[in-house]
Amino acid sequence: MLEQYGIAVPKGELARTAEQAAKAAGGLGGGAVIKAQVLTGGRGKAGAIRVVSSQEEAESAAKQILAMSVKGFSVEQVLVTERLDIKAEYYAAITVDRRAKAVILIISAAGGMDIEEIAEEKPEKIRRFPMHSVAEPDNTEGLEQWLSESFADQMLLNQALRITQNMDRLFRDKDCSLVEINPLAVTAQGQVVAADAKIVFDDNALPQHPDLAGFGNAEEYTCDELEARDAGLSFVSLSGEIGCMVNGAGLAMATMDCIELAGGRAANFLDVGGSSNPQKVLGAMRILLRNEQLKVILVNIFGGITRCDDVAQGILWARDQLGITLPVVIRLIGTNGKKGRDMLGKAGLTATRRMSDAIDEAVACAGGGSR
Amino acid sequence: MSILIDEQTRVIVQGITGRDGSFHAESMREYGTKVVGGVTPGKGGRTVGAIPVFNTVHDAVAKTGAQCSVVFVPAAFAPDAIREAADSGIRLVVCITEGIPVLRMVDLYHELKDKNVRLIGPNCPGIISPGKCKVGIMPGQIHKPGAVGVISRSGTLTYEVVYDLTERNLGQSTCIGIGGDPIVGTGYVDLLEMFEKDEQTDAIVLIGEIGGEAEEEAASFIKTSVRKKIVAFISGRTAPPGKQMGHAGAIISGGKGGAEAKVEALRDAGVVVVERPDQIPDAL
Repeated sequence: MLEQYGIAVPKGELARTAEQAAKAAGGLGGGAVIKAQVLTGGRGKAGAIRVVSSQEEAESAAKQILAMSVKGFSVEQVLVTERLDIKAEYYAAITVDRRAKAVILIISAAGGMDIEEIAEEKPEKIRRFPMHSVAEPDNTEGLEQWLSESFADQMLLNQALRITQNMDRLFRDKDCSLVEINPLAVTAQGQVVAADAKIVFDDNALPQHPDLAGFGNAEEYTCDELEARDAGLSFVSLSGEIGCMVNGAGLAMATMDCIELAGGRAANFLDVGGSSNPQKVLGAMRILLRNEQLKVILVNIFGGITRCDDVAQGILWARDQLGITLPVVIRLIGTNGKKGRDMLGKAGLTATRRMSDAIDEAVACAGGGSR
Repeated sequence: MSILIDEQTRVIVQGITGRDGSFHAESMREYGTKVVGGVTPGKGGRTVGAIPVFNTVHDAVAKTGAQCSVVFVPAAFAPDAIREAADSGIRLVVCITEGIPVLRMVDLYHELKDKNVRLIGPNCPGIISPGKCKVGIMPGQIHKPGAVGVISRSGTLTYEVVYDLTERNLGQSTCIGIGGDPIVGTGYVDLLEMFEKDEQTDAIVLIGEIGGEAEEEAASFIKTSVRKKIVAFISGRTAPPGKQMGHAGAIISGGKGGAEAKVEALRDAGVVVVERPDQIPDAL
């Protein structure tokens, strides 16, 4: 994608096995950089990026990296790229500044692995420039000034300026939320190259960009997260024992927080969304039940658009169709709340009206509880 | 007085012939809101219930004198719907629609800044001044007129808090959901300023969540410019970094946006920050 936008990148290819990596390194003349391909940062510090100078070294480095996991992401493939003779490393990123409500370029002459520390300790080394804001469409003076001070040579300066412009074009065209090049490397041959990069697309804009579908990477998500996504649910796996089904993101997070305060641990974040559909509740229950660590299911619904009778229907279907053996603690209130609670009551299930009561009960069922 | 909307507010519904638009137009009207018209291009001349439908916002404003619009138009068309409202003399646009790409909102935010219009949302439950007017999708019956102003980035969590307030006989002046997206039309600061000036409002509840720095911005404003009592709750203290928690804006990224920093900033500004939403009534 960077190449498409006229941004130079090192030559390289992907490898899924150590043998493939060795072959790729051979194609580059033996010397290469082996990089773990995981959708997270901090790879260099984790030892998941290695510089090698022969095919044999490439094979053993790739073998080690392919057996690693970085921040919980297991490494399924490595990128084998040419070794650049790097003279200087810059950092450049385009993102949305939520405070200024503007697209900004973040740039620093101190790029590379330690950019996070530099941001902490020497924030003055990192500069932020607005990119064509609606208010001042042509105000790129500040950036041009900075670039001309930071790149001594006119040739490098021209390349750097073009790269920032192309990054901005990519960011806009593809509706990104982040285009980050780190390091933006200056080579001994006088080339400015995106030695590594990270691009994040805006999920809300994906329908407008069918060409991006191929970039979807299933390895980023747990199986449950993927299934939830397909079912139109918002789901994040966590490590506790209390399975949560909540309507609304804010309430779902608050439920997790309150579970912890009560001495328990949530197994997941799950927002069943605002729509009123028993089928969705059934689907959500199916996903929750796949988690073998679960000791109890907590349903916390405050009906607004969501109607409690629909939720009750979904719970009853789930009980009949999925053979739930775990305890299910239900809190049901809001639109058609009484109707929903009555439906559950007739079927021998109880539902409380207070969130704190439901949470205490769920935590007790899970064997925790300090409050 | 309440803020933003009251019994005089004349409201049109953009996207009134859609499933959500028609349902909520009726529900707002039942609550007592003056829903004077609706807009769906190409469907002018029809009615939804007793509400007349117009082809354009311009027509609707000319015929009904509406000052406020609520948008239920799908995400792909919502930014243009908001623009149309702003260009037709609407002063307050409430956008319920979820899923507008953030770059569309960046552009729109700056365009609207120069116009005489206020946008609430997108991706929000709307506004209610209990007993007077409801412009949004919240369940009206859980509210009660009173002196507490509520500002929130969330939907159902706001209902939860309002329910507790009403049960404890703490009525509300106005409740506003500002929206769960990274860029929203109106943030905490403007609304805090309005509540500070509003005579009906004695105290303010601020419901925040992880992601961004809106709560920190609110805290610095509160420090210098708000005298009224504020109680806050921040949702997502136990959320893992790097994962988007339902709302597009609810993500801890690059070490920024965590709950702790928000809680600390608000406490430093003299705000009472509670650990659980059900502690809010007592804290007030």
